[in-house]
Amino acid sequence: MNELPQFELRQVRKQYGRTVAVDVEHLRIEAGETLCLLGPTGAGKSVLLRLLAAVERPTVGEVRFEGRDYLGDRLPRETRHRITLVFQRPVLLSGSVSRNVAYGLRLRTCLACPKTEVARILEHLGIAHLADRAVRTLSGGQAQLVALARALVLKPDVLLLDEPTAHLDPAHVALVERVLREVAAFHPITLVWATHNLFQARRVGQRVGLLLNGRLIEVAAADVFFREPADPRTRDFVEGRMIY
Amino acid sequence: MAGEVKYRVEHWPEFLGTDFITILWLTLRVSGTSVLLSSLVGIPLGTWLGLSCGRPVPLLRLLVQTGMALPPVVVGLVLYILLSRSGPLAWLGWLFTPQAMVVAQFILALPFVIGITQSAVAAMPGELRMQLLSLGATQWQIRQTVLWEARQGVLLAVAAAFGRSLSEVGAVLMVGGNIQGHTRVLTTAVVLETGKGQFGVALALGATLLCLALLANALIVRLHGSPPLYE
Repeated sequence: MNELPQFELRQVRKQYGRTVAVDVEHLRIEAGETLCLLGPTGAGKSVLLRLLAAVERPTVGEVRFEGRDYLGDRLPRETRHRITLVFQRPVLLSGSVSRNVAYGLRLRTCLACPKTEVARILEHLGIAHLADRAVRTLSGGQAQLVALARALVLKPDVLLLDEPTAHLDPAHVALVERVLREVAAFHPITLVWATHNLFQARRVGQRVGLLLNGRLIEVAAADVFFREPADPRTRDFVEGRMIY
Repeated sequence: MAGEVKYRVEHWPEFLGTDFITILWLTLRVSGTSVLLSSLVGIPLGTWLGLSCGRPVPLLRLLVQTGMALPPVVVGLVLYILLSRSGPLAWLGWLFTPQAMVVAQFILALPFVIGITQSAVAAMPGELRMQLLSLGATQWQIRQTVLWEARQGVLLAVAAAFGRSLSEVGAVLMVGGNIQGHTRVLTTAVVLETGKGQFGVALALGATLLCLALLANALIVRLHGSPPLYE
C-alpha cells in the first residue's frame, strides 16, 4: 500500500443553500481498495462520489487526490482521465450503444475509436447484441450496463460507482459484481461503490463505511463492520433496526 | 365575385414575372443571411447562457426574453436614425440597401436564437454535464456535446428566427425603403399591393410567404433525424 492515499478528505462539507448534503471530518481511501459506502436514500452517498470525481466542489474543506488538493472542476486533465464516475441514473447520449461506449475513448484520442475495445467490453458485460441499438430503446437495466461499459472501457485507476446495480435483476447483479472483481484482479483499480444493499456491501467491499444524514458514522474492514460495529447506529443499520 | 376572379387572373402574368423572381430571391437572400448571422452569434451565446449559472445570468436571460418582444418599428426607427445621412453610421452608406435590411432582421432574430437555444440547453439534465466531465471532456467538448444533444431545440430556434425574419415588415420597410428591384421583399410587396387595392396579388404574395415558411420548417423537421434522448 502506498504512503499517499488515493483520496483523502479533510473537514469536507457540501451545502446546497442551507441544506448540508455531506459533512465528513476525515476519510482516507487507499489505492487499489474497494470501499463500499452504505447508507439510506438521501444519506449523501451520491454527493460524496461527485466530490471525489471532482465534478462538484466542496463548500469547505480539502479533497486530496494522491496528496494533491484540487478544486472541483479544476482537476488537471491527465488526473481527470484516471477517475470515472458512473451515475445512479444512467446519463446516456443519443445514438447507438456503441457511440456511447466509445465516447470517452474518442475524447482521449484523435484516432478512430478502437472498435475492438468497445466490442470486448460489451461482450464482457453480456450486451454485445445491443451494440447497434439506439439507447432510447433500452430498458433501465440495459442502460445501466451501457453506462458501466462506457466507464470500464476507459480502464480508469479509480472507478466511482453510484448504485450501479440498482435497476438490475439478480443474474445481472451477479454478472456486474463478477466483472468488477475480474477487472480489479487484472488491473489495479480503486473502487468506491455506493449502495444501500447490505448484502452487496458484504460481498464486494474490503472496507465499508456508513453515511447518515451526510455524516460518515463509521468506516471499517468489512468483517469488522458487519460483525462488531463500533457505533450503535451502524449496529442498528446492519441489523435492519434503523428507522429513518 | 366573378369580377374579383377576373381581376386576379389578369394579374397572374405580372405576378409571376421577373419582378416576382427578384422579390422572392431578395427575400430569401435577406432572411437567409440574417438567420445565418443570428445563428452564428446566437447559438454559442445561447449555449453559454444555458450552461452558466453566475450572478449576471438571470439578468441576461431577462434581457434576451425582452428582446424577443422587441417592436420591429422601434428597431427600424433606431436603425434609420443611425444609418441616415446625419447619423453616426452614415459613412456605411447602408440606408435603403439590403444590408440595412439584413441588420434589422438580424437584431430582431438574434434574441429568438439565443433565448430558445438557452432554454434547450438548460433543459438538458444537470447530470449530463457532470457525466461528460467525469468521462474526461473539456469545457469545450462538454459544450459541443450538450449542444448536439439539444439539437432539436436549437433547430427550433433557427426555425423561429427564420419565421421572424421572413414575416418582418416594419423595420425592413423603414430601412429598406421598398425600392422596386432593389429592396422590395415579399412582405413589403404585400403592403404595397394592398395599398394599391390589388388584393389578389397581395394574397398570392402572402401565400408564397407561407409556402416558404412551410418549406423551411419541413427542411428543419427532416434535419431533426432521430429524436434526441432528452425530450
